[in-house]
Amino acid sequence: MIQLTVNGKTYEVDAPADMPILWVLRDKLGLTGTKFGCGAAQCGACTIHLDGEAIRSCVAPVSRAVGKKIVTIEGLDDSLAKPLQEAWTEVDVPQCGYCQSGQIMAAAILLRDNAHPTDRDIDNAMTGNICRCGTYQRIRSAIHMAVTLKTSAAAVQP
Amino acid sequence: MTLSPDINRRQFIRTAALATGGLIIAFNVPAAGKRRRTGQEPAFAPNAFLQVGTDNSVTVILSHCEMGQGIWTTLCMLIAEELDANWKTLQAVHAPAAPAYFHTIYATQRTGGSSSLLSEFDRYRKAGATARQLLVQAAANRYKVAVQDCRTEDGMVIIGDKKIPYSDLAADAAALPTPADVPLKDPANWKIIGKRIKRMDTPAKITGKAIFGMDVQLPGMLTAMVARGPAPGAKVKGYEAAAAMAIPGVRQVVAIPGGVAVLADDFWAAKKGRETLQVDWDLGPGANMNSDALLKEFRERANKGGIAATNTGNPEEAFTRAAHIVEAEYYQPFLAHAPMEPLNCTVQLSADKCEIWTGTQTQTDDQRGAAEITGLPVEKIFINTLFLGGSFGRRNITRSDFVREAVEVAKASGKVVKTVWTREDDIKGGMYRPAFLHRFKVGLDAGGTPIAWKQISVGQSVMTGGPFEKLAVINGVDMFSIEGMQTAPHVKAVKDQRIEVNTPEWPVSVDNWRAVGLSHTIFAMESLSDEMAIAAGKDPVAYRRMLYKDEPRLVGVLNLAAEKSGWGAPLPKGHGRGVAVFEAVGSFVAIVAEVAVLNNTIHVNKVTCAIDCGIAVSPDGIISQTEGSIAFGISTALYSEITFRDGKVQQRNFYDYPMLRIHEMPQVAVFIVPSKEKPGGVGEASVGQMIPALTNAVYAATGKRIRHLPLRNQPLNGHLQDSKLMG
Repeated sequence: MIQLTVNGKTYEVDAPADMPILWVLRDKLGLTGTKFGCGAAQCGACTIHLDGEAIRSCVAPVSRAVGKKIVTIEGLDDSLAKPLQEAWTEVDVPQCGYCQSGQIMAAAILLRDNAHPTDRDIDNAMTGNICRCGTYQRIRSAIHMAVTLKTSAAAVQP
Repeated sequence: MTLSPDINRRQFIRTAALATGGLIIAFNVPAAGKRRRTGQEPAFAPNAFLQVGTDNSVTVILSHCEMGQGIWTTLCMLIAEELDANWKTLQAVHAPAAPAYFHTIYATQRTGGSSSLLSEFDRYRKAGATARQLLVQAAANRYKVAVQDCRTEDGMVIIGDKKIPYSDLAADAAALPTPADVPLKDPANWKIIGKRIKRMDTPAKITGKAIFGMDVQLPGMLTAMVARGPAPGAKVKGYEAAAAMAIPGVRQVVAIPGGVAVLADDFWAAKKGRETLQVDWDLGPGANMNSDALLKEFRERANKGGIAATNTGNPEEAFTRAAHIVEAEYYQPFLAHAPMEPLNCTVQLSADKCEIWTGTQTQTDDQRGAAEITGLPVEKIFINTLFLGGSFGRRNITRSDFVREAVEVAKASGKVVKTVWTREDDIKGGMYRPAFLHRFKVGLDAGGTPIAWKQISVGQSVMTGGPFEKLAVINGVDMFSIEGMQTAPHVKAVKDQRIEVNTPEWPVSVDNWRAVGLSHTIFAMESLSDEMAIAAGKDPVAYRRMLYKDEPRLVGVLNLAAEKSGWGAPLPKGHGRGVAVFEAVGSFVAIVAEVAVLNNTIHVNKVTCAIDCGIAVSPDGIISQTEGSIAFGISTALYSEITFRDGKVQQRNFYDYPMLRIHEMPQVAVFIVPSKEKPGGVGEASVGQMIPALTNAVYAATGKRIRHLPLRNQPLNGHLQDSKLMG
C-alpha cells in the first residue's frame, strides 16, 4: 500500500510503484479531472502540482509522490483557481475543453511565480500544453485578465 | 450536394406532460410511434427536444453532440430566443439515440459537415415558440385575459403587474392541445440570436467536472487495450497470452476481429499486459506500403489519366489561344486527426440490451454496428453521448470503428468494458485524411482569366462504402476528391475544360477529416490562383477580385480581409503576406496571413480572417471556431504528415506528429460580415483557406512556391525546428 496526499486528503492506494500518478488519480481515486492525452509528457493534459511544482502526471511514477502533496484541478486552491477560472469564463476559452484542466494547472504556477507575465513569459510557461482546438490566443488573453482580477481582488482585501 | 433541411415532411410537433407535471415539446417520427417501449426507460422521452419543468428547470435536449464547436450553447440560444427563457435556468443534455433526433438533412443521427445549425435552425426555434405559446395560453386561461394581453420575458408570463414563472404554468400548458404552425419571431426582435452569449459548458470544463467518454466509470468495469495490426489490414494468426495474464491486474485476454484485447483492472495494467502480449500477425496487403513509392505511383496515375468529372469543349485547342500557361502539381500527405482525448468506448452488454457510453458524432451508425455484432435489434442499443474531447472527424467514422471494436470486446469477454486507445494507437490508427495529388494545366487570356483548364486529382475516395456513397460518388467520381473545385466560379466559367479523378485503392483506411475534401482542394486551388496571378502580372488580391467578380459574398470577404490586414502596406525584407479565399460548407472565408522567414524558419505573425456565414447566430462562437481553425490549418501546413515504411506508420506521438503550440500562435483577428442569409457552416469553413494563405505568404516573403506539404519537409525550411518539447 502506498500512502498519498491528494488535495489535502490522505489515501491508502494499492498500486505498483511504477504506475503513473495520472492513473492512480483516475483509475484508483476516481479523480477524472486530470486528463490522459499522450502518455509521454508531450501535451500537458495531465498537468498536476506535486509539492507546488507543475509536473506531467502521465510519466511520473506514483512512488515519486510518496511524502509529497498532490494537487489536482479538483483541489486547486481558490487563491490560484478563482482568478483563472473567472478569466477563462469571461474570455470563453474552452472549446472541446479536454486540455483545459492542464492549461489551468500550468497557468496557476505561472501566476503564482510571476505576478505580471509578459506574452513571452506566458509562451514559455504554457508551451508544453497542447490545445488541438487552438484556443491559444484566448488562453493568453485570459491569463492577462486573471492578473488584473487578482490585482483588483488583492486591492480590496483588508 | 444540395442541402436543405425539411422538418415538416418527416416530423410533426407534439406536446406531452412530464411525469412531474411539466411540459414536453417533442417531434414525432411517424414510424417510431409504433415502437414498443420496454426495458430501462431513458431519462427523457425519446423524442423530446425541450422540457419545461415545474421546478423552474428548462432542459434542452441536443440532437447534436458537443465536441468543442459550441453547439451545446447555440441550440440553447435558439430555444431561449423563442421561449423568452431565463438563460440562467437553462440546462442542456445530449439526446439518446432515437429517430426523432435524426439530422434534418442527413436522415441519420449525426453531427458533421458543419451542418448542425443549418439542420436545427428552424426545429429548435419552433420547439421554443410552441412552448412559449402554450405557456401564454395557460396563463391567459388561468387569469381569464386575452392572449394579446400577455407578454413574456425571462422565463415568465407577464400580465399587467402579475409575473407568473413558467414553472407555475408548465402543468397547465401540458394539458392544452398542440398548436399548429406557431409563428417565429421577426429577426428584428431577436434578443439572444446574434448576441455574445457565454458558453454553457465552460464552468464544467474549467473545474475538471465535465465528463468525457474517457471519464466514464461503471461498477465492475475493466479497461481494455486492443493490440491492433502493425500494418493496415493485418490479421491475427495466433497469440500467446500467458505473459500478459501474469501481469498483476490483467483479467482476461480475448481475440476479436482485427486484434487481441487485454482486459485489466486499470489502464496501467492493461497497457503493460498489451506490451507483454505476443501476437503473430499476417501483415496482409498493407505490408508493402511505402510513402516514397506513393508519390511516384500518384504521378504515374496522373500521367495515365482518370475518370472525367467534367469534360466540355476542347482544352487542347484552347491552350493554343492562351496568353499564359500555368502548370503546377500539388501534393499533400495522409493526416491523422489527433483529438486531445484519445478514442475510448464503454460497453455494458447483456442478453437483451447493449448500453454504450462514448463521445460520438454518429449515433445511428453506432447503433447499427452494435446491433450487427450483438444480434440485438437497433432499439435495444442505447447510446449515452458524452462530451467529445475533440474529434475533427475522428469520431465521425462511417463504419463506427472504435464503437464496433468495443462492442466486440464486450461480446467476446462478457465483461463491462471500456476500451482505451493510447496516443500511439490514435496516430497509427488509420481513418486518415487521404493523401492527394492535384495536377493542373491552365491557359489564361491576356487579362489573366482562365480560358482552358485541365486537371487530374489522384487520391483515395472517402465516401465510397459509407452512407453518403450514393449521393457523393457519381459515375465513379467521389465528388469530395475534388470538393469545391469544379464548382469554383472561375472554373465553372471555363468553356474548354476537363477535370479527371483517379482513385487508387490503397489498403490504408481513409475517412472524414475536418473540412473533408476542402482540407486539400483549397490548398491546391488557392495556390494555383496565386500562381495564375503572378503569371498574369497581377496583385493576388486584385486578381481574385477579378476571378470572383460575379460572386459578391466571396468578394465581400476578400475585400474585408484585405482591408483589415493592411494588404499592400510595405513590409520589412523577409516578410510577406498571402491571401486565400474560398467558399466552404455554405460559408465564405478569406484569410490573409503575414509571415516572416528568418534564418530559414517560418514565423506566422498575424492572421486576418473575414467570414460570411449567413446569419451569425453566436458571433463569439464563430470567432472562436475560426481562431481554432486557423491554428489547425497552421499545424497542417507546417507539421502534419503520416508516412508508411513497409506498411507501418512511422509517426507515434506528438513528438513526431507535432501540433502548433502557444508560442507559435499568431495574432489572429476575425471579422464577421453581417448577413441575413441562412446559416452556413463554421467549424470547417476556414481550415482549408489557412494553408494556402500561409504558403502564399511564404512565396511573397521568399519567392519560393510551396507545392508539397508539410512545410517542414521543404528545403526552404531545413532549419525549422520542431516545437520545444517540455517534459
